[in-house]
Amino acid sequence: MKILTGNDLKTGAVTWWDGVQWSLHVEDAVDVGNHADTILARETAALRVNGGYAIDAVKDAEGVRPDHIKDRIRALGPTVRPDLTLKPADPDAGSWVI
Amino acid sequence: MYKYDQYDQAMVDARVEEFRDQTRRRIEGHLTDDQFKPLRLKNGLYLQLHAYMLRVSIPYGTFDSRQMRKLAHIARTYDRGYGHFTTRQNIQYNWIKLQDAPDILGELATVEMHAIQTSGESVRNVSADQYAGAAADEIMDPRPWAEAIRQITNFMPEFSYLPRKFKIAVIASPVDRAALRWHDFALRIVRNDAGEIGFEVYAGGGMGRTPFIAHKIRDFLPTGQVFSYLQAVLRVWNRHARRDNIHKQRMKILVHELGQEEFARQVEEAFEHFLPLGQDIPPAEYDRIAAYFTPPPFLDGLSEEIDLSDPAFAAWVRRQTVAHKAPGYAIANISLKPVGGIPGDISADQMDLVADLADRFSFGEIRATHAQNLVLPHVARQDLHTLWQELRAAGLADANLDLVTDIIACPGLDYCTLANARSIPVAQRIAERFADLERQEDIGELKIKISGCINACGHHHAGNIGILGVDRKGTENYQLLLGGSGDEETSQAKITGPGFDEEGVVDALERAVEHYRAVREPGERFIDTYRRLGMDGFKEAIYV
Amino acid sequence: MSDTLRFRDDEAADEPAVSLDAFFDQPEADSVRIEAGEDVTVLFPHLSRVRLVEIDFPRFRDGRGFSTARMLREAGYTGELKATGDVLVDLVWFMRRCGFDSFAPDVAIDPAVLEASLARYPNVYQNAADGAVPIWKLRHPDLANG
Repeated sequence: MKILTGNDLKTGAVTWWDGVQWSLHVEDAVDVGNHADTILARETAALRVNGGYAIDAVKDAEGVRPDHIKDRIRALGPTVRPDLTLKPADPDAGSWVI
Repeated sequence: MYKYDQYDQAMVDARVEEFRDQTRRRIEGHLTDDQFKPLRLKNGLYLQLHAYMLRVSIPYGTFDSRQMRKLAHIARTYDRGYGHFTTRQNIQYNWIKLQDAPDILGELATVEMHAIQTSGESVRNVSADQYAGAAADEIMDPRPWAEAIRQITNFMPEFSYLPRKFKIAVIASPVDRAALRWHDFALRIVRNDAGEIGFEVYAGGGMGRTPFIAHKIRDFLPTGQVFSYLQAVLRVWNRHARRDNIHKQRMKILVHELGQEEFARQVEEAFEHFLPLGQDIPPAEYDRIAAYFTPPPFLDGLSEEIDLSDPAFAAWVRRQTVAHKAPGYAIANISLKPVGGIPGDISADQMDLVADLADRFSFGEIRATHAQNLVLPHVARQDLHTLWQELRAAGLADANLDLVTDIIACPGLDYCTLANARSIPVAQRIAERFADLERQEDIGELKIKISGCINACGHHHAGNIGILGVDRKGTENYQLLLGGSGDEETSQAKITGPGFDEEGVVDALERAVEHYRAVREPGERFIDTYRRLGMDGFKEAIYV
Repeated sequence: MSDTLRFRDDEAADEPAVSLDAFFDQPEADSVRIEAGEDVTVLFPHLSRVRLVEIDFPRFRDGRGFSTARMLREAGYTGELKATGDVLVDLVWFMRRCGFDSFAPDVAIDPAVLEASLARYPNVYQNAADGAVPIWKLRHPDLANG
């Protein structure tokens, strides 16, 4: 699947396009098919996303998994600071990244 | 330490208001990201993997307790309670919000700090020997010239858009603790045969994807002419560098393509042009700046003797302290490399503690090193034991300076958009593997430097052992390098051969280290053995 | 192209600027255009017949024009010096310091932002082509000519 990601302009937070708005959680990401450019142009112009781009991902039992490790680290947080990730209570969250 | 006068303060305050206006224009949509990016970069603000990152300048690595407390306050108020000391004596925060950035710059300005030109295609923060003003081996304190360079290179109109970044270093000792020849432009203060003070000038160094060691382009430059000379260098480069390929625009490429002699000839020609144009500061201005760097009021008659009966304390003193120019005093290094920790990271509470210890034991002064550690430059030897106890209680008393666990590592793929692989976990695995201090001491000086991409922020080209993270078909892979150095015998590390995965590179590194222990001659450091045997002397041991 | 911003009182040149090559071919030409990367020093022997020099910025990241401008002023040129192309408001102050005194940006500059920008910095750290007195000289008023 093709999903969209970027950063919030004001806070810099990593965001994912959920079909309506930008979510903090990669599992909310939806397949945009071949509409990536159209959506990104509109959302960038409206200042709702900064530095947005499209990536490949797969949907599996655990949710949406970006193909590239860089985007998986963006989705979770730094692997060396589990306390600062989106899943601080889950000791195995880091293994999803690798 | 230098203090801003009303002119310096007004410039920094104006910069805060300028960035506040630029940020407002971006948030309101008057600037595109493409237009805003160079403006925010010139204020040290990046967009990184998880958030914005702010890099704060610590000019020539010197700061004080008041500034450290402000850095702690910023970490708590605007970030997530910590900061990261970088390989260029700066500090950066990883979780900054754009909307807060102008306020943070405003807070910094209240303690005479800024983020001016800590990124972007500009003259960057000038770096220097972290022991400046304290080292027993220095000819003079290089920081007055470093401060003069800070002022003259901030907001240079002609060099508003240089081809690439431009890094300057200044030292005044025969021993190089600042990786001088890895800089674009480097000055070593020397005394000539007539006894006059001047600069030995180097140009064209740099790491990145095409590493070069700087060439000496002048044996002796009178100090009072340095700004004519610096502008000559910048103008030659600004006019003649390529502009079609960002990877070939650093000055090192131009110096290499022209050849150092032709480059130096063109610089001399431009220098002659600048000399009569009144670019240089008069001696009175140098004296004004230098007056701020007069030594603190050291006490006379302090004993050199300390009680070393506690072996852990003795190990710390042996490893972390360095000879001071004043009798009875020592330079104390604070390790930011605990085993299993993140190289260069420091919590807000630790920052506050270091500030308090600086006030109690070091006349309020602190230094940041390019190896991502801190220094209390002026500690009475009789206070070392108390200092050590306080540091130990805060997890800051590791005795590993320049040892195998004192690893330089860039933030890597855990934080950085440019990275191809993670650096920090590799540093952590190596440190865990070599955690035993006796083994570390036996191995001796060994500088490991890890970068998560070819931009080389982790200085892997200058590592006795370097590690470079690359992306191999979507998985992290690590190349091993041997033989680099950033000291006065600068050398560039060479790749050993095929890369490894994370565990594999730690194993390979350990094999290299154990091979060194097996074949070293008495007194040889790792780098000495490598230089004697060459890559062939290690390759078989690494690729078993 | 938007209107020219001009910081001079004299009459603007009415002939369009010609390329460096054309300038040498046309003895009557008094306005010349310099592209990024062209060597401005070839113009130095002919400055007495020049009324306008245009220096182009193809991209704002290409800073060669700053050196070109300052070198012209250092060579004694006093005519109009115009920046054209990708001229951003945040760079105009630096351009003024390098000797530019007119601007024809591709995209119009907001006059209010420009005014605030030019008034923002109270002083300068360096000597440049604008005659502003550097801070190091202000600190030592007793030094004749610094």
